[in-house]
Amino acid sequence: MIDRSPARKVFRVVNAVFLVAMALLCLLPMYHVLCLSFSKSTAVLAGKVTLWPVEFTTKSYEYIMGKEAYWRAMGMSFLRIALGVPVSMLCIILAAYPLSKTKKEFPAQPALIWFFLFTMLFSGGMIPAYMVVRNTGLINSIWALILPCAMNTYDTLLLMNFFKAIPSDIEESARIDGASQLRILFQIYVPLSLPAMATLAVFIVVGHWNSWFDGMLYMNSESKYPLQTYLQASLATNNNVRLMTKQLAMQRNAISDRTLRSAEIFIAAVPVLLIYPFLQRYFISGMTLGGVKE
Amino acid sequence: MSRAVIKNEKRPFISRKSLPFYLMILIPVVLTLIYNYGPMFGLVMAFQNYNPAMGFLKSEWVGLLHFERMMDMPDIQEIIINTLRISIGKIVVTTLAAIVTALLLNEVRNSSLKRFVQTSIYFPYFLSWVILGGILKDILAREGLLNQFLGLFGMDPVILLGDAKRFPWLLIWSETWQQTGFNTIVYLAAISNINPNLYEAAAIDGAGRLRQTWHITLPGMSTTIILMAILSMGGILSAGLDQILMLYSPAVYSTADVIDTWVYRAGLRSAQYSLATAVGLLRSIVSFIMISLSYLIANKTMGYRLF
Repeated sequence: MIDRSPARKVFRVVNAVFLVAMALLCLLPMYHVLCLSFSKSTAVLAGKVTLWPVEFTTKSYEYIMGKEAYWRAMGMSFLRIALGVPVSMLCIILAAYPLSKTKKEFPAQPALIWFFLFTMLFSGGMIPAYMVVRNTGLINSIWALILPCAMNTYDTLLLMNFFKAIPSDIEESARIDGASQLRILFQIYVPLSLPAMATLAVFIVVGHWNSWFDGMLYMNSESKYPLQTYLQASLATNNNVRLMTKQLAMQRNAISDRTLRSAEIFIAAVPVLLIYPFLQRYFISGMTLGGVKE
Repeated sequence: MSRAVIKNEKRPFISRKSLPFYLMILIPVVLTLIYNYGPMFGLVMAFQNYNPAMGFLKSEWVGLLHFERMMDMPDIQEIIINTLRISIGKIVVTTLAAIVTALLLNEVRNSSLKRFVQTSIYFPYFLSWVILGGILKDILAREGLLNQFLGLFGMDPVILLGDAKRFPWLLIWSETWQQTGFNTIVYLAAISNINPNLYEAAAIDGAGRLRQTWHITLPGMSTTIILMAILSMGGILSAGLDQILMLYSPAVYSTADVIDTWVYRAGLRSAQYSLATAVGLLRSIVSFIMISLSYLIANKTMGYRLF
């Protein structure tokens, strides 16, 4: 049933133009920053760069290459993901499995559901949370960025729903064969729910990569900042003269703050760009995962 | 004999069968106790002159002093109004933008165009506010892209980031920029669940595309729209800490300072721990009521369930 009236045709063209404009609005700002980062600073200062690099140069990238603090921060971010994602996944799996059992099998199930659910409704807020991290001795430790957010109720409930959908006969027969609950969980339930796990893991990876506020709260020294926190601090102060060697300072004079900032922003977005195709697929399946079918 | 049966019926709280479950859930429970319930207990700070060296238990108790101080704060009203204005603005604009975009996307027949648009508009959602804020700050700066563009038409440069009147709109629209694409997913899913026979029947009755959209697509989406709107009410006091901290400056505090940013500055920058906690406590209580209410309404009216 294709409508071929002229009005329809006009609408389709206008609609396509509008949507493409929207798409460009989402892509071009990042592309503009990329162009700035590859342009000569004089051209950037003169306002000549819009959507193509002017007097192409890789100076700002060469400068960042030698900037140890930047790479140390990126290392912190990767470390954070390498530790944080397994810890989080383990917590979520270990919570979701018992919660997926009936009250008959696990008498504390209803109470524990409310125990976890309550944390979604009420929170102590920023200052007491900071004090708890401080009192547990995590200030300036990478674990401050991992342990407080390791357990996530929403993700746990998603996985719990997934586990509930797995037929209990499988568990029964494994138990008759003498398998322990731990084995049943990790050799039957986990492999059967790999798609759900992948979705959750992707959520958690992106969350860790993108969060910066906790880094600012819990890390005292810049050398411990993850990349996004480091970038935030450097965007806020514009120049970290303190950390500069003489050679870096000389190099830096040839680059404007803007080109340098642009390059720093772009590099910090590269990992997201690289896994973007994955992200899209898993996030969308995650959204449909959220819906409970009765 | 019958007694024994009754005794067996009463299951013990911990048995050999359920013990493994308790052991498994121990780590998540302990972490939640420390890092979620710990801060709730820490709210006692609001009734103390909290001294980090003395801890939660030994600091001096002062009753409601900090709540009285809070009432006397000259900017408290401004902060609350800013919070509500920004978060309600965000809810309304992001919701409308997502609905309209989903409707327009639904009209696209060319599947590669559709895929290109969708892939692009999801993109900002995956970037942190540090990156998005860094990009925005550059584009909106005095020498940035926006002013280069305005300069072509001989217009004076505008500094949106320092303009207190326009700043809330900048927050609302940049949030829309980040969220719209992703929010369309839910609405597109709702549209795809509409029975296609309805459109055929309407077409036979002579309804044009516009009337079909108005009488079939929109009502078909209404459940999802109302549900999303109800659930978003739970976040009415979260105006977006990450975003505002990235973009604001003292020049726009009068319209951009919200509860969360104020708590952050008072509590962790000026070390007024107890006063900031008192404000945070009221925020948590109101949020608790709003989230519970929104969930209850969604549950009773639409049968929404989290688990």
